[in-house]
Amino acid sequence: MINSANPKLKWIGVALIAIALVALPFVLAQAGTAWVRITNFAILFILLSLGLNIVVGFAGLLDLGYIAFYAVGAYVYALLASPHFGLHLPWWMILPIGAFVACIFGVLLGAPTLKLRGDYLAIVTLGFGEIIRIFMNNLSEPINITNGPKGITTIDPVKFMGLDFGNATRIGEFMLSGTIKYYFFLLAVLLIVIVINFRLQNSRIGRAWEAIREDEMAARAMGINTTRMKLLAFAMGASFGGIAGGMFSAIQGFISPESFVLTESVMVLAMVVLGGMGNIWGVVLGAVLLSFVPELLRYTVTPAQNALFGRQIIEAEVLRMLLFGLAMVVMMLYRPAGLLPSAIRQRELARKDEE
Amino acid sequence: MSLLSLANVQVAYGGIQAVKGISLHVDAGELVTLIGANGAGKSTTLKAISGLHHAGAGDIRYDGQDIRTLPSFEIARRGLVLVPEGRGVFPALTIEENLAMGAYSRTDRDGIAADIEEKFALFPRLKERAKQTAGTLSGGEQQMLAISRALMAKPKLLLLDEPSMGLAPIMVQKIFEVVKEVAKRGVTILLIEQNARLALSISHRGYVMDGGLITLEGESKSLLDDPKVREAYLGETA
Repeated sequence: MINSANPKLKWIGVALIAIALVALPFVLAQAGTAWVRITNFAILFILLSLGLNIVVGFAGLLDLGYIAFYAVGAYVYALLASPHFGLHLPWWMILPIGAFVACIFGVLLGAPTLKLRGDYLAIVTLGFGEIIRIFMNNLSEPINITNGPKGITTIDPVKFMGLDFGNATRIGEFMLSGTIKYYFFLLAVLLIVIVINFRLQNSRIGRAWEAIREDEMAARAMGINTTRMKLLAFAMGASFGGIAGGMFSAIQGFISPESFVLTESVMVLAMVVLGGMGNIWGVVLGAVLLSFVPELLRYTVTPAQNALFGRQIIEAEVLRMLLFGLAMVVMMLYRPAGLLPSAIRQRELARKDEE
Repeated sequence: MSLLSLANVQVAYGGIQAVKGISLHVDAGELVTLIGANGAGKSTTLKAISGLHHAGAGDIRYDGQDIRTLPSFEIARRGLVLVPEGRGVFPALTIEENLAMGAYSRTDRDGIAADIEEKFALFPRLKERAKQTAGTLSGGEQQMLAISRALMAKPKLLLLDEPSMGLAPIMVQKIFEVVKEVAKRGVTILLIEQNARLALSISHRGYVMDGGLITLEGESKSLLDDPKVREAYLGETA
């Protein structure tokens, strides 16, 4: 996973990173709980990016409606753990159910699009994402399933070993806020997902995806069941999205269709592309950057303008999109394979330049 | 019993009947060639055998079983491996990775490593460039890689679709020597070629295809002497 000539050095590095990750929320909490919450959302987006990376980065299938699986996972959690239906199942039951339902939706999207590639696949997946959102918006009649645009409120928080993640817990002199508890919960899930991703990449399945991405017909001539492998990519990507969605529901306590718009899909895809399609650490980096930089801007741009000009000239939100666009253009020019490109993706692009 | 036999196979491609009912057979250990002009239906026949494009009617039997409607990956797993037209190597993967991919349906790690070495012994050019991406190879080298990759699957029957296409004459010679060598090592081959003279000169038997039908068949030697073949495919006047 981590390349280093000296194994001892490697373990020291891993230990340092582990200590930093454990200390991080407490340090951030000094600057305000908001930062811990931002970190939690960043982890959710890392989970989403890793899920989408399976579909886009590994199997080479462009998916513009990925947020739909996040929505499915979120709604499954919300419906099974809220007063809306009066169901209050525990999280460890709902998260797998959410992953499973999202997985079925993944296959539902994958099956009819098996023969599509590139732009055409992007268009269909984009439509799929919108269909799911519109369904969530309108499934309040005749039977009220999703509560429409009003969304679902008072969703149960995660409860784990007597700890209620919705509230703070006092441990001696020490206060452990709900947000920090979620941080560790998310971190644990993230670690599992990263390990699964590395395992997948180096497995027979990963090699099959690689072959499909390169040349589908040749892949079939190698004896690879391309249909099943493509469906598997959709299903696995969707499952990770579903898990992230479930956690989003639990943390947020409230969801509505507004959280699952097209821009969210685009954002997750941007994280994957910026970081480096197909490279797991690259994707993590992309998600971290695109989650934190906008927040940093929000907290620095307005005070900076006030100090310089005495008033706000450009709103942080406007500037964010401007910088975002600029960053994308610069990146496409200078690092088209992403910040941490995958070796193969880099070779693919190099080859296209020659042609 | 033949390893592969086609009986009255008809294939429609893009709305036209490209193959209008052909019968042929390949026995174990043979090198058989199917020659014919552009558009005669040779490639379509090969696609039908390998399952990339299913035949509408007729009977395709391989190793005693009906494979006409089997999916292509399933056919490949049974040892009937196609080297597609235009080579179809994985351009962004290295030569080594390409070869390893060819052994996808095998699970014997040690055997795979040994086989890669064997391919390198057969093609020293590929060994020199083991870590280079396949896209950087010349056309002829890519064809060698494509054949080697197909051999990694330990095929019982190898289908070669126009291996000489787009190659320099000297390279064409080399590729045909390779094909001959592979056949000598015991792999049964069905070779499809436009270069009739070369194809017939290395094969045991041949079929001539024209307008979706097989018009002539026989020993390669006798086909080479056949006045009709000489006139139509070898560019000689009778």
